[in-house]
Amino acid sequence: MSGRIRNTPVSSNKSVIRRLGGQNVVVFLIVVALFAFFCIVSPNFRRYSTILSILDYSYYITLIAIGVTFPLITGGVDLSIGTGLICYSLIGGYLVVYQGWPVWAGMIVCVLCGALIGLLNGFLVGTMNLPPFLATLCTMMMTRGLGSICSTGLGIPWPTAGTEGGWFRTIFKLNIGDLKLPLGFLWILLLTALMSFILNHTKIGRYIIAIGSNKEATRLSGINTKYVYISAYVISGIFAGLAAIAYSAIFASVYPGTGAGFELEGIGGAIIGGVSMTGGVGSVVGTLIGVFVICILKTGLPFIGLQANWQQIITGIVLIAAVLIDLSRNVKGRAINR
Amino acid sequence: MGDIILTMKGINKSFPGVRALNNVDFELYKGEVHALMGENGAGKSTLMKVLTGIYKKDSGTIIYDGKVVEFSNPREAQQAGIVIVHQELNMLGHLTVAQNIFIGREFMKGIRIDDERMNDEAAKLFKRLNISIDPTEKMSNLTVGKQQMCEIAKAISNEAKIIVFDEPTAALTESEVNELFEIIRDLKKKDIGIVYITHRMDEIKLITDRVSVMRDGAYVGTLISKDSTKNDIISMMVGRVIYEEPKTESKVPEDAPVVLKVENLNAGKLVKDVSFELHKGEILGFAGLMGSGRTETAKAIIGADPKESGDIYINGEKVEINSPRDAVKCGIGYLSEDRKRYGLMLQRNVAENSTIAYLENFLKGIFIDKKKENSETEKYVESLAIKTPGIDQLIVNLSGGNQQKVILTKWLVRNCDILIFDEPTRGIDVGAKSDIYKLMNELVKAGKSIIMISSELPEILRMSDRIIVMCEGRKSGELRIEEASQEKIMHLATMWI
Ligand SMILES: Nc1ncnc2c1ncn2[C@@H]1O[C@H](COP(=O)(O)OP(=O)(O)OP(=O)(O)O)[C@@H](O)[C@H]1O
Ligand SMILES: [Mg+2]
Repeated sequence: MSGRIRNTPVSSNKSVIRRLGGQNVVVFLIVVALFAFFCIVSPNFRRYSTILSILDYSYYITLIAIGVTFPLITGGVDLSIGTGLICYSLIGGYLVVYQGWPVWAGMIVCVLCGALIGLLNGFLVGTMNLPPFLATLCTMMMTRGLGSICSTGLGIPWPTAGTEGGWFRTIFKLNIGDLKLPLGFLWILLLTALMSFILNHTKIGRYIIAIGSNKEATRLSGINTKYVYISAYVISGIFAGLAAIAYSAIFASVYPGTGAGFELEGIGGAIIGGVSMTGGVGSVVGTLIGVFVICILKTGLPFIGLQANWQQIITGIVLIAAVLIDLSRNVKGRAINR
Repeated sequence: MGDIILTMKGINKSFPGVRALNNVDFELYKGEVHALMGENGAGKSTLMKVLTGIYKKDSGTIIYDGKVVEFSNPREAQQAGIVIVHQELNMLGHLTVAQNIFIGREFMKGIRIDDERMNDEAAKLFKRLNISIDPTEKMSNLTVGKQQMCEIAKAISNEAKIIVFDEPTAALTESEVNELFEIIRDLKKKDIGIVYITHRMDEIKLITDRVSVMRDGAYVGTLISKDSTKNDIISMMVGRVIYEEPKTESKVPEDAPVVLKVENLNAGKLVKDVSFELHKGEILGFAGLMGSGRTETAKAIIGADPKESGDIYINGEKVEINSPRDAVKCGIGYLSEDRKRYGLMLQRNVAENSTIAYLENFLKGIFIDKKKENSETEKYVESLAIKTPGIDQLIVNLSGGNQQKVILTKWLVRNCDILIFDEPTRGIDVGAKSDIYKLMNELVKAGKSIIMISSELPEILRMSDRIIVMCEGRKSGELRIEEASQEKIMHLATMWI
């Protein structure tokens, strides 16, 4: 009898999406379709410079999205990354511009600040057992205030290209004669590969997924869940630090009080890319692709005459669609379960 | 029998409001299977959680392998060679089988997890244990029984000296139970000490060497399994006579009105063309193997799963049931087999859980009438003998059997005319079991009708007036209690496999 006891055939449950190779492929097709749509509708969109600007504005969102993927997979969230990245950029920039620190030191400060706030988040969530939403909402407000204080309320102009220290802007955009190369995209790809490896093939990645699947079971397996939470939030913080560098390199000046809302674009990108809000599911590659849906919309919509407010409405709709896909997938998962 | 490997002496453990363990002694030999029995809430799981470092004991000594030990977390116990297969499944649904088995002690290749090797090792392990499970399968895709087997495999792969099984067979099919017993006999030969918590009397003789009994957090005594009778054990557990008369004939008149009629119901792969009638005052047993579509049928009836086709009549009138809410309105209550997932709000208290399905009855204007809620809940806590320090205790802190009684309360409060009990006594001790049986009989006497889904044949035969047997999603037969026997049911249940 034993062989007969129903073990639900999984293959037959594969949805169309699954057969197409997973949500990644679908979202990728959406990115391509969106891109093609804007190219067809708006002649101005079809320019190398547009692609460049899509990429320019994507870096910092992509970076925080990759980072926040990790807390999301644990079943948590990190809201502090948006205001955080501005805060780190202000602190680093202040040291560079007003204290005469070398640019590389300012960059390291950005990442360290991010890691520190990540550590605080991880401590609040993992050790103090605060709900992630609450813990990171607090650090979100704290970073917002801290940024203003550190820059004494002023905008910070990181060194411009051509001046001393301006080299750091070429990390993301290399000019060879007249040709501008989006070098930043290469770094993004490398970081995606690295984080993908960490998520799928290292212990810490495995435990992050495990916690998102079933926290109590993970604890009972003898895993120190505290450290796992801390690692997830530190990763998120470090990437917010990297995003701070990217932001400083793309924009002429950084202003205190901005940054709120970036985190939603990052989290939105991750969710469009297939990260489940309930934890346990998600991939870094998916996040990367998902972010581009948001970034193309953001850059493309003005080309067809829809301004900022419309962008937000449309981004919201896209998010709902993504979450619905996530939900339907969950229902299917449960159906298999029975 | 070998030497003593474990002695627990004078263990005390209190939770807020509950004295869960009161001066408990326990002793285990090498190569022994030692059953731990007791009513729901007697403290069996708690004792074993103290042993494995999940709970900290208040006082007492644990001597393991000749040394006094005190584990502060499950990992330390695991490293020392004590592992536990928990009563509740502890699987990580999004990871694969192999990843689950080796969680916390992955094979590494530098900083990279060596998944290939883990798959190989898991495959070897399954082969040794003679179970067929694909190590690369996602855990959430397995049946509950297979998931349980993975948990067991995980424990065994640990090079353990003591393995604790906390009601391992509650979710297993008959053949899986046999597989498990084979495994346990094998472990015995390797001199591993085994603690085996169960509510099933027939397993005691089959597999265990000694039985220790607990009652209300205290140690009662230990018996040699082969020299003791079922009644010896039961009287130690409860100290009272158990209601255990099997039913010989149905008292429901042939022409009792039909309260529920299901015609040609189809839903998904596991419900194919199911038709049946439920009479007033009847207990209709649903028998079959696990995965034969009984729960799925119930879920389709109450609208929790979408139906593809089929009609439902209540008291002769055709009804549309598209959601559990519709079902409740039609007077159908469903007690889930999986109480954690579908039946209870674990982080809420007994009173809130009891009234949730019928809050409209507990309103004063727009506010909830706490007084009425409390008094009504108290009433059921008393009549069902729910073991809880108070009605404001959180459900998550109750023992398994008492959680089940709270679900029951929820539907009794609602006063449904048709009740669907899905595995109502899974993981429930004999005392509570007979309480629930008595209660079911009282309910039908009061004119309610019950569908009882159960995988335990003795239970089906004891309770049902009529029995419907399912196999592979279809109704394979219908028996009146007078003509039913275990053999006949098994025959029908395996008709097409
Ligand atoms: N974490 C907790 N907090 C508060 N009370 C608890 C907790 N865990 C268990 N209890 C209580 O301790 C007592 C013993 O529970 P335990 O789970 O050990 O019972 P059990 O013998 O395993 O019962 P069952 O057969 O139903 O599984 C119960 O009264 C239960 O309500
Ligand atoms: Mg228990």
